[in-house]
Amino acid sequence: MRGQVRGCPSPIRTVCPWPYCRKRCSYCNFNKYVVPTVDEVAVRACLVQEARTLLRLSQVQSVTSVFFGGGTPSLASPRTIAAVLEAVAGAAHLPVGAEVTLEANPSSISPARLAGFREAGINRSAILLPLQSLDDAELRLLGREHTAAEARGAVEAARRLFPGRTSIDLLFGLPGQSQDAWARGLAAALGLCDDHISLYQLTLERGTALAAQVWGGTLPAPPQDLLADMYQTARAMLVAAGFRHYEVSNFARKGALSTHNLSYWRAEQYIGVGPGAHGRFVPRGEGGCSREARVQTLEPDAWMREVRSQGHGTRRRVVLSPLEQLEELLALGLRTDEGVTHERWGHFSPQLSLQAVFGEPGEAQDLQQQGWLLLDSG
Amino acid sequence: MALVGRTAMWWARLRSPYPTGAPFCFPPWRPTGLAADWRLYSSRGKEKLDMSMYPVESIRNFSIIAHVDHGKSTLADRLLEITGTIAKTDCNKQVLDKLQVERERGITVKAQSASLFYNHEGVNYLLNLIDTPGHVDFSYEVSRSLSACQGVILVVDANEGIQAQTVANFYLAFEAQLTIIPVINKIDLKNADPERVEKQIEKLFDISADECVRISAKQGTNVEKVLQKVIEKIPPPQCNTADPLKALVFDSTFDHYRGVIANIALFGGEIQKGHKIVSAHTKKRYEVNEVGILTPSEQPTHKLYAGQVGYVIAGMKEVTEAQIGDTLFFYKQPVEPLPGFKSAKPMVFAGMYPVDQTEYNNLKSALERLTLNDSSVTVHRDSSLALGAGWRLGFLGLLHMEVFNQRLEQEYNMSVILTAPTVPYKAVLSSAKLIKEYGKEEITIINPAQFPDKLSVSEYLEPTVLGTIVTPHEYIGKIIALCQDRRAVQKDMLYMDEHRVMLKYLFPLNEIVVDFYDALKSLSSGYASFDYEDAGYQTADLIKMDILLNGNPVEELATIIHNDKAYATGKYICERLKDAIPRQLFEIAIQAAIGKKIIARETLKAYRKNVVAKCYGGDITRRMKLLKRQAEGKKLMRKIGNVEVPRDAFIRVLKRQTDK
Repeated sequence: MRGQVRGCPSPIRTVCPWPYCRKRCSYCNFNKYVVPTVDEVAVRACLVQEARTLLRLSQVQSVTSVFFGGGTPSLASPRTIAAVLEAVAGAAHLPVGAEVTLEANPSSISPARLAGFREAGINRSAILLPLQSLDDAELRLLGREHTAAEARGAVEAARRLFPGRTSIDLLFGLPGQSQDAWARGLAAALGLCDDHISLYQLTLERGTALAAQVWGGTLPAPPQDLLADMYQTARAMLVAAGFRHYEVSNFARKGALSTHNLSYWRAEQYIGVGPGAHGRFVPRGEGGCSREARVQTLEPDAWMREVRSQGHGTRRRVVLSPLEQLEELLALGLRTDEGVTHERWGHFSPQLSLQAVFGEPGEAQDLQQQGWLLLDSG
Repeated sequence: MALVGRTAMWWARLRSPYPTGAPFCFPPWRPTGLAADWRLYSSRGKEKLDMSMYPVESIRNFSIIAHVDHGKSTLADRLLEITGTIAKTDCNKQVLDKLQVERERGITVKAQSASLFYNHEGVNYLLNLIDTPGHVDFSYEVSRSLSACQGVILVVDANEGIQAQTVANFYLAFEAQLTIIPVINKIDLKNADPERVEKQIEKLFDISADECVRISAKQGTNVEKVLQKVIEKIPPPQCNTADPLKALVFDSTFDHYRGVIANIALFGGEIQKGHKIVSAHTKKRYEVNEVGILTPSEQPTHKLYAGQVGYVIAGMKEVTEAQIGDTLFFYKQPVEPLPGFKSAKPMVFAGMYPVDQTEYNNLKSALERLTLNDSSVTVHRDSSLALGAGWRLGFLGLLHMEVFNQRLEQEYNMSVILTAPTVPYKAVLSSAKLIKEYGKEEITIINPAQFPDKLSVSEYLEPTVLGTIVTPHEYIGKIIALCQDRRAVQKDMLYMDEHRVMLKYLFPLNEIVVDFYDALKSLSSGYASFDYEDAGYQTADLIKMDILLNGNPVEELATIIHNDKAYATGKYICERLKDAIPRQLFEIAIQAAIGKKIIARETLKAYRKNVVAKCYGGDITRRMKLLKRQAEGKKLMRKIGNVEVPRDAFIRVLKRQTDK
């Protein structure tokens, strides 16, 4: 828990998932819908309306980042992106330097389309490319729509348009993947990438085609030790290439950290707009004073009906108890290299300091002695 | 021994109306037209039977003995039909074996006796069919039942021929000097080969082929002939009504309204309501409330006379008061008890725990209800740090254990953790201090925690059994290897004919309690049969093996084991534990040790990572739920040193493996 003071996290972030995909990937259990046609005008109107409603509810003055996530938001038209950003800017202050991120699928972005997104957003945008792999066989296994060559092309195009602001995602621990294959793939990605990389160990999610094949025995499950070796190899390679391992799955160099994602791990406020979006904020607009975990309605048509009738499609709101807030703060903060700062802890727990809770003999102190945990006074 | 079930079955069937036009005849004591519900009816003052019309000379007491599935129950059905004891319907298909475990294994768990009335050449005979449980676990019960008989019908399948249990049953009857009527059943089957079976019987049992009766119990062929043989060949019981009362208890059941119903065979004298009787075993006094015969439900009579078989109800409250093999006599006229009585002696022990501790009280009451009818199960409260509160149960044998467990699950809907069975070892003490402490020189060890050190013991003993295996000759090689692996010593090997071999081996009991039967069946494609009988104790090189986690012993995993088996078993347990204990932040050494000597080791490597999955907005709620579940799970873990062991890991190591 290294002490590092940062600015007070009062502004809010906005998350906006686009719940449609052209094709189902074999490993993904995200809330997404593969439909032949999307009534984009209607979806856009609802996204705009919900963004306005929720921002009013949160009563924040300023939005510091906007994230358009998957499904496949790059399937939406730049007009939709522009409309949401306008709505955000209309309801709160959206500073010029705000980070606006779009998750773009390599198969759904041509250089022209990318340029359209740049026009729609604010100049300083970032683009995130869930490549997952640079090997055609692996991409087929994952059920991805694009080839390795297309992925390369997409990264190059994105880097031209968003220099220093392009990130890529890679998956490791695929069934049958060897340590060497992974290291080769990562080396290739290093030759291609910009200043931000996310590495995810493949999680077999219930209900996905890939999980069914592994659990059914038609595909091998990668051994735990191999997975650990892959992770360590990757970490060593990336650190050698000048990357900072700033979160369990995220690496950045030249300070290109994703400030949007950091807000999750710092337990800042964010609102979720769109079907299945998650949010964490205090709904001061209706007199609330406790942080709530909120989930929007999953199914797009039902979500749209609710947005039209009541301005938003919040399906579930749970008031987080002080203890639950602290648990989230710890579980998330410990994922980062900066840890949980004394200041941020104090924001959630003004009475009881980190030292008072974890400086006493007990399990936490045992973990400190074993080197798993660090509590300093910084 | 009593695992009740049958009485109720008969009861249910007798209450249902008979199909119209089904041919049936009535027993002599049953007025025409009264086909319903005779048990209720009999309880209300119907004129009681006068049993004095059946003097000793017209009585035959016999059992049917057979290997599993050779048709004992079907033959019993036919005999009951012919004598009019039950109505002849199409439904009489092994109606006695109603428990699922009975049908699955083709065994009879609960014996059901019946008195049959049969007129032969103008004489009315009383034929008492004294049924026996069909498995060696119950060999003591079988021997007690046989001691009430003068003869047996030995049923052999015309296709399968003599099997292990046929041999064991034959010797039980032979040693009891009973008349044996060999019957070759299932001659209607396509592959029936009665000549071959007759030759086997001649060779093995020295009974001439002419003596065998070929029947089809299923179709009723030649069944009358069997009855005639029973009358002609089996002698009447040798006893006298003028003697003082001497009654053998050969079975007992429990009725919630009337208490214990003891099945008895009169070796002398007579018995009736109002008589004051005493149990030779417990010395307790009772007054007789009711006597009667079994038809097979209870049918009250005025009296029972010497040579007859029936039941007595005398205010006994628990089945332990009417132990099998006990002798009943008049209070004022004590007699020499009948020989051969033994208290039920459990040979296999296993821990039983509720899957969920909140089920403890429900399981307790289910156990109590089930043991009401089965005094041979011993129950001791036990508790394990890992599995919680439970019991250590003693059973007569493996099948008995399985039947008990299955009935608990099926009839009481109880799901339990049953630990791997163990056997009672003994130690002959040499230390004067220990002898004084125990008050005796030879002690029985059930719990490994009580295992005395080698230094204070002159020898350890283990229980043995004499096993009989009958197999087609092509499997001999594999079977001999299996037996040798189980430390068995060959005692006999005999070719019954050109295809079938009988092997006899002396086995340490603990070598067959876990999976021997399944292994035998699997390597002989199901063709080999196995049976065993108690063969006493033998000296054995026993040791106590501890399991250590990072040097700390795990109490519940300590086992008593033969020295020769220590390495293999230790290795096996360590491997199982390695798979069952989740990785932790540090390396864990899993070791098997004898004293200070480590004989097996597995290393569970430290956990290296567990949070590599992504964690953004929507993942956070899921991750927090997962962490909470893990924290709940940790509370339930048992800490051995600093190692956290989930309950599930103990279950996986301790639990009996039934999926082999």
